[in-house]
Amino acid sequence: MVLEFVALGIAGIAAAMTIYYYNKIVKLENRVDNAWAQIDVQLKKRADLVPNLMETVEGYMEHEREIMDNVSESREKMMNASTQEEEIQAGNDMGQALKSLFAVAEDYPDLKASQNFSELQQELSSIENKIAYARQHYNDAIMTFNNAIETFPAVIFANIFNQTEKSQLEIETADKELPEVDFSSE
Amino acid sequence: MMLQDQIKWNKRKSYLLLFLVPTILLGLIYVTGRIFVPTASPFLILALGSGISTLYVLFSYFKSDEMILSVVGAEPADQEKHKQLYDLMEGLTISSGMPMPKLYIQDQKQINAFATGRKPEKGVICVTTGALDKLEKDELEGVLAHELAHIQNQDILFMTVAVALIGVISIISELLLHSMFFGAGNDETPPWAIAIGFALAILAPISARLVQLAMSRKREYLADATGAEITRYPEGLASALEKISQQNEKMKVNKSVSHLYFSNPFKSRNWFSTHPPTEKRIERLRLM
Repeated sequence: MVLEFVALGIAGIAAAMTIYYYNKIVKLENRVDNAWAQIDVQLKKRADLVPNLMETVEGYMEHEREIMDNVSESREKMMNASTQEEEIQAGNDMGQALKSLFAVAEDYPDLKASQNFSELQQELSSIENKIAYARQHYNDAIMTFNNAIETFPAVIFANIFNQTEKSQLEIETADKELPEVDFSSE
Repeated sequence: MMLQDQIKWNKRKSYLLLFLVPTILLGLIYVTGRIFVPTASPFLILALGSGISTLYVLFSYFKSDEMILSVVGAEPADQEKHKQLYDLMEGLTISSGMPMPKLYIQDQKQINAFATGRKPEKGVICVTTGALDKLEKDELEGVLAHELAHIQNQDILFMTVAVALIGVISIISELLLHSMFFGAGNDETPPWAIAIGFALAILAPISARLVQLAMSRKREYLADATGAEITRYPEGLASALEKISQQNEKMKVNKSVSHLYFSNPFKSRNWFSTHPPTEKRIERLRLM
């Protein structure tokens, strides 16, 4: 009789723990997905501005074909990205390409004077800022998830539910402002 | 620790405080009942007293954000005109996973800001025109993050309820004290009730207020830390605080809303101050 109660009690506790950890892991995983969606939104927003930017700089920057091609290529890659890794890679490429484009733009006073261009530059700089924050949030979410599934006793349930550690994004050193590179030959 | 966990921890601590202040209030109600209507059941008095107090707290809970915005004369910020403000705020909501608060602007030369709204979905952040004009982008971002942190940590809920409860305590104490000058109570009033009533009428408002202020200062530090965690750039906020401590303009604000502001509008610093000393806040931020 006593043994039966004990067995029943243990089974009950095990069931309660399973439900608790299952829900916890699902919630944290959703948080990671949601955090990824935030990055995705900002990357897409930035990519959407690229054609407009290309059109604006076209007339001014004929001699900078390579830089312009880099930007367009990164957008192409972003549009065709089928996995998260590809999208992140394309996003990084685009960040770099835009950085050099804006650096070179310093050499073209006419371009810099164009209102359209300065508006785009501002918009892209604010998106850049948001991408950095979205990545930070994503990494925070992943860290919480990893901590949750690697601590005892959650680790037992994580194994049962086949959950493994997720990897964080590499954070580039935070540039708060767009770099002000001066290539003029004064 | 992710901020969501911090909120939980913070909530628990607030409950402790929100337990202390009502206890003082209930004690006051009980004694007042014994003085004025010693024949009535103390339970009836307590039920009636706490019922009325609850109504008062609920009213301020639901109405305080509107009232505050109209008291300080804040206007909604224009999306086009204040694009940078909206951009910065949006970035911070992404980083913290918070809903976007409504943005307001108060026409005021002094650099300052406050947050209100009883839950994150109804958050409101108001900055002064002085803050927009005088702060650099990183500094403004630090200030906004601090305000967002107040919303995230649910400080506003806590402060609103605490301030409302203290309001009730002050009213009852005031009544009690005044009536004592005219010989409170009647033949049935037990003598101990008069003595304790007198002591409570003086001590209750002060002690309740001290508890609230102590928590308010703790929460300012916490909001600084949470804000720095949102931006990962404590220097922005530190440098904004430095600018604030150097400004000369006196701020004209109603004393009843001073606890809301980002930095203490009155520059007092002691046990009766809503904010910790600015130098201490800067020092802690720079050590992060």
